[in-house]
Amino acid sequence: MSVVLETRSLTKRFGGLLATDNVSFQLERGARQALIGPNGAGKTTFVNLLTGVLPASSGEIMLLGDRITTLRPEARVRRGLVRTFQINQLFGDLTPLETLALAVSERVSGGGEWRRRLGAVGSVPAEVEQVAGRFGLLDVLERRTDTLPYGKQRLLEIAAAFACAPQVLLLDEPAAGVPEAERRDILDAIAALPEEVSVLLIEHDMDLVFSFARRISVLVDGALLVEGEPEAIAKDARVRAVYLGDEAHG
Amino acid sequence: MDAAALGLVRRARWRWPEVVLWLLAYAALLMPPGKFLILNEIAILALFALSLDLILGYAGIVSLGHAAFFGVGAYTAGLLAKHVTGDPLAGLLLGAAVATVVGFATSLLVLRGSDLTRLMVTLGVAMVLGEIANALPGLSGGADGLQGVTMGPLLGCFDFDLFGRTAYAYSLTTLFLFTLLARRIVLSPFGLSLMAIRRNPLRAGALGVPVNARLIAVYTLAAAFAGTAGALLAQTTAFVSLDVFEFHRSADVLLVLIIGGAGWLYGGIAGAVIYTLLQDGIAAFTPQYWQFWIGLLLVAFVLVGRQRLVGGLYAMLGWARRR
Repeated sequence: MSVVLETRSLTKRFGGLLATDNVSFQLERGARQALIGPNGAGKTTFVNLLTGVLPASSGEIMLLGDRITTLRPEARVRRGLVRTFQINQLFGDLTPLETLALAVSERVSGGGEWRRRLGAVGSVPAEVEQVAGRFGLLDVLERRTDTLPYGKQRLLEIAAAFACAPQVLLLDEPAAGVPEAERRDILDAIAALPEEVSVLLIEHDMDLVFSFARRISVLVDGALLVEGEPEAIAKDARVRAVYLGDEAHG
Repeated sequence: MDAAALGLVRRARWRWPEVVLWLLAYAALLMPPGKFLILNEIAILALFALSLDLILGYAGIVSLGHAAFFGVGAYTAGLLAKHVTGDPLAGLLLGAAVATVVGFATSLLVLRGSDLTRLMVTLGVAMVLGEIANALPGLSGGADGLQGVTMGPLLGCFDFDLFGRTAYAYSLTTLFLFTLLARRIVLSPFGLSLMAIRRNPLRAGALGVPVNARLIAVYTLAAAFAGTAGALLAQTTAFVSLDVFEFHRSADVLLVLIIGGAGWLYGGIAGAVIYTLLQDGIAAFTPQYWQFWIGLLLVAFVLVGRQRLVGGLYAMLGWARRR
């Protein structure tokens, strides 16, 4: 198995606070890996370092063998490192059609295309159709995003990232806040992600983690505490102590 | 065709009110003389407001100093006509070109910071340029304005007449061509990326949009539009004064755009028509206090919301979704 995403001694300090502490982490091609940890463990900071929202204090980030530590966020996206957001970051009065077409166009034509209308470039409409179909958005393509049911918005959140053709997809609590009735759609969409896309799931919801992940990394106080298969993590005494507490899973 | 392909085609199609608008605007040329000067004024103001719409309505860059580019275009065209050639198109192109350079140079100043920072930076740039013009009376004519601007015939055969018919035809055609260009741009992937940046720059970046590069590009482009509007004013009035850089000009164009509605392409035109006609109409019965009514209208539009005031009209025009 080849490694697609790797951090080497990645560290982030905010003044005296060590938010990310010397994290060396690997994600393999086709991975279904989860990153878990109690509140304040530094999961969000870690994701922000990976995606380039925050600069690292020290250490390296490698994507597909290239050093991306200092690349701007959009450059990382173009190289295939794409994220979704825990709280929807959508364009309220644009439509899913526009949102997806934007992501596809940025990738296909560099997005700087101004002489031709949106969708005039060869494969864009077909790719939008395909992504919308995969995430069950075909029936709401031309509705305003902020009028969609929350579950559909969560699906669009993932679909927009998927439209960027990720090599590595970072899913930040994809099912957060979704009503029970719509939850199944999200879980199915995640389960149906193509095998070749490597997925890192950042999640609180233990049911989702243990149903999805084949490998789990536990982050505590900014440092990696332990990594391993779900069964081993569930049984790990340190994990149970700091994280799972007494509500044992698995 | 697929739903997505159809939707994308539908998104860019012409709507009938657009066609009607341009037919009416050109039909006005057939009227007897008397209103061409004010129509010319409206066309220039509309182009200026369209320019602001590109950065404010689409990309979300607020500006209180957009007159900087208008003024640069006006002086460039005026100086060219006075010293080199009276050919209108040459002046239009050069005015746009110089404004483009100034726009690119100052675009780096508006990349970062809050709305307040941007308001102050753009305001400051316009003040600096205005004061430079003021400090060079030999070049700009100083407080007396630039005298002796004489224009040659348009395309070598249409003289600028006293009634302003040629002037209006010239400004209207320029406005039309620039609106076509703007229309193409805002309906392109580039235009959509601007709309995404205005709404959520964080997410736009996370979808691979190079936010800063796009902001630089659109700011520079808008400067070219504003410079063209300034050049039109200089040429059709055969005069340039320091007034072109004044704060009230930046404020007026912002007002016009807000009245007409930012971010739907025709807000500048709608606003320019409403604003100029109101100014003209109100001034006829209360010459001193017309700004009272403009002020009231502005407050009503911003607080009550354009949607509720003229929502039906927009719905008819087919743009309701955006408002």
